[in-house]
Amino acid sequence: MNIALLLEMAAEAAPDRVGLVCDGKRWTYAELLAAARGAFELIDQSGCEYVALLDESSEAAVIALFGAALAGVPYCPLNYRLADTDLAALLERVSPALVVGDEERVQRIAGEQGHTVYSRELFTLKAQESVPEAEDRVYDPGEGIAVQLFTSGTTAAPKAAILRHSNLLGYILGTVEFASADEADAALVVVPPYHIAGISALLSSIYANRRIVMLPSFEPDAWLKLVETEKVTNAFVVPTMMTRIIDKLENGLATDLTSLRAIAYGGGKMPLEVIQKALALFPDSGFTNAYGLTETSSTIALLGPDEHRDALASDDPKVRARLTSLGKPLPTVEIEIRDEDGKVLPAGEPGEIYVRGEQVSGEYKEKSALDAEGWFPTRDAGYMDEEGYLFLSGRADDVIVRGGENMSPGEIEDVLLTHPAVGDACATAIPSVEWGEAVGVAVVVRDGHEAPSEDELKELIRGRLRSSRVPEKVMFMKELPYNEMGKLLRREVKKILA
Amino acid sequence: MKPGTRLKSAACDTEVMVIRCGDGTIECGGAPMGEDKPADAAPLAADHSNGTLMGKRYVDADGNYELLCVKPGKGSLSVDGVALVTKDAKPLPASD
Repeated sequence: MNIALLLEMAAEAAPDRVGLVCDGKRWTYAELLAAARGAFELIDQSGCEYVALLDESSEAAVIALFGAALAGVPYCPLNYRLADTDLAALLERVSPALVVGDEERVQRIAGEQGHTVYSRELFTLKAQESVPEAEDRVYDPGEGIAVQLFTSGTTAAPKAAILRHSNLLGYILGTVEFASADEADAALVVVPPYHIAGISALLSSIYANRRIVMLPSFEPDAWLKLVETEKVTNAFVVPTMMTRIIDKLENGLATDLTSLRAIAYGGGKMPLEVIQKALALFPDSGFTNAYGLTETSSTIALLGPDEHRDALASDDPKVRARLTSLGKPLPTVEIEIRDEDGKVLPAGEPGEIYVRGEQVSGEYKEKSALDAEGWFPTRDAGYMDEEGYLFLSGRADDVIVRGGENMSPGEIEDVLLTHPAVGDACATAIPSVEWGEAVGVAVVVRDGHEAPSEDELKELIRGRLRSSRVPEKVMFMKELPYNEMGKLLRREVKKILA
Repeated sequence: MKPGTRLKSAACDTEVMVIRCGDGTIECGGAPMGEDKPADAAPLAADHSNGTLMGKRYVDADGNYELLCVKPGKGSLSVDGVALVTKDAKPLPASD
């Protein structure tokens, strides 16, 4: 089955209902489906092997996603924030592609790769004009790959995670009731299109017939204004966005947010004080914490609205602690905690989170990460309490997650070690109210050298990496802790820095 | 028959996508369903006329069959004469 079925059903049941609002333009389900079929023609004629998006969210993302699905070509939204060389390498891996978005940039960095490039406007216009001639055109049956997403590539070159039509449909059909939204309902979508949550938001809202209100890039004033003018009922934010929205509201911004019935969040660790403030500022909204991964087609566990309020109101520390939990597994997936030898652990014991279910792909273009029984090792560390609530304790591989952006300690350490006076270095996550996590570094000064200043080290990183990598905290140590196998004990450094 | 096949009712407007199936005959309104609509419509059997609902999933007791209704109609779904029932998805808060 093809994921385009979701849009076809919405267009069949409610052709004239508005399904998408973007930049002031409103699209009905019938218009979106017609444009997706037009995009099929463009894609089919181009002879491309991928449809890539190099752009912020817009109607073109919806049209490209479903057009690619109808044509049986994987849809591959790319992270436009990447540096030119990294982006060119990814474009090479999807060549030849029909690329929608930043035409000038694609020509400049990947002009020789044989891509067919359209600007957002031209692609949308052509898709609307290219209505297929035959009514009975044969579309792809949807037995292959629907979406390919590159992981952030923090530990090595980015991996190409593959989501099949069956994975995404398994997720949507198992968790969303068709046409269950009221005509007045609207979901505010602000996650970037290259994030799994950006894709699942489109699929689930369209299948529920819930109007999508797109905000191409997050800015708290614009977000609050859209909630008010579009009478948004549902919204998904990452913790950093929540912090910024709260700041605005605490500064006395007068906005009517009473339409906002449901607020979901995920994509990174939500600091306890932030969610407590949010619950107080939105007393009538239902909060949902969603936990999921690219490789699992989005959400696999969630903490629902009643559980949030119960935890907040409880005197029992165990119940109260659930405010920081990921909630319980969806009824459609199984979750286990296992130790390093793969043994299943009992409640309360920390280990690696494993998941199994129809929506779980666990597959990369190079190879599948599923074990023989279909379980996917998430590389996330956590535990489950006696009641089945899942708690995340960190990344199995120590990745720092700053405001939803994953960064590898290794790349920061490598830059620090280029300084002549730095003998050893360890980068680790430190708690940050604004970002969830930020970068902290511990540095050992080489014998016979003067210690460099904090600012000097920060400047060194700023000059070589993106500004998000610049440490908020720098600490000088006599030596770093290693175990007997010579492995750096990052957790110990983390404790000292925190 | 394989998953992903679209079946049409011979007796009404119903269309379904096959999510899971066995070797039995899938019927709607009392008549076998097919990938093409027959030229002459089959009569709608009175005891198979409860109707289908768009977007509902229909399953048998043993879990061998699962059909997704993609176009509603007046007939009801059955396999070898045994009526299928709707599979109720557990309502979840929207998480994305």
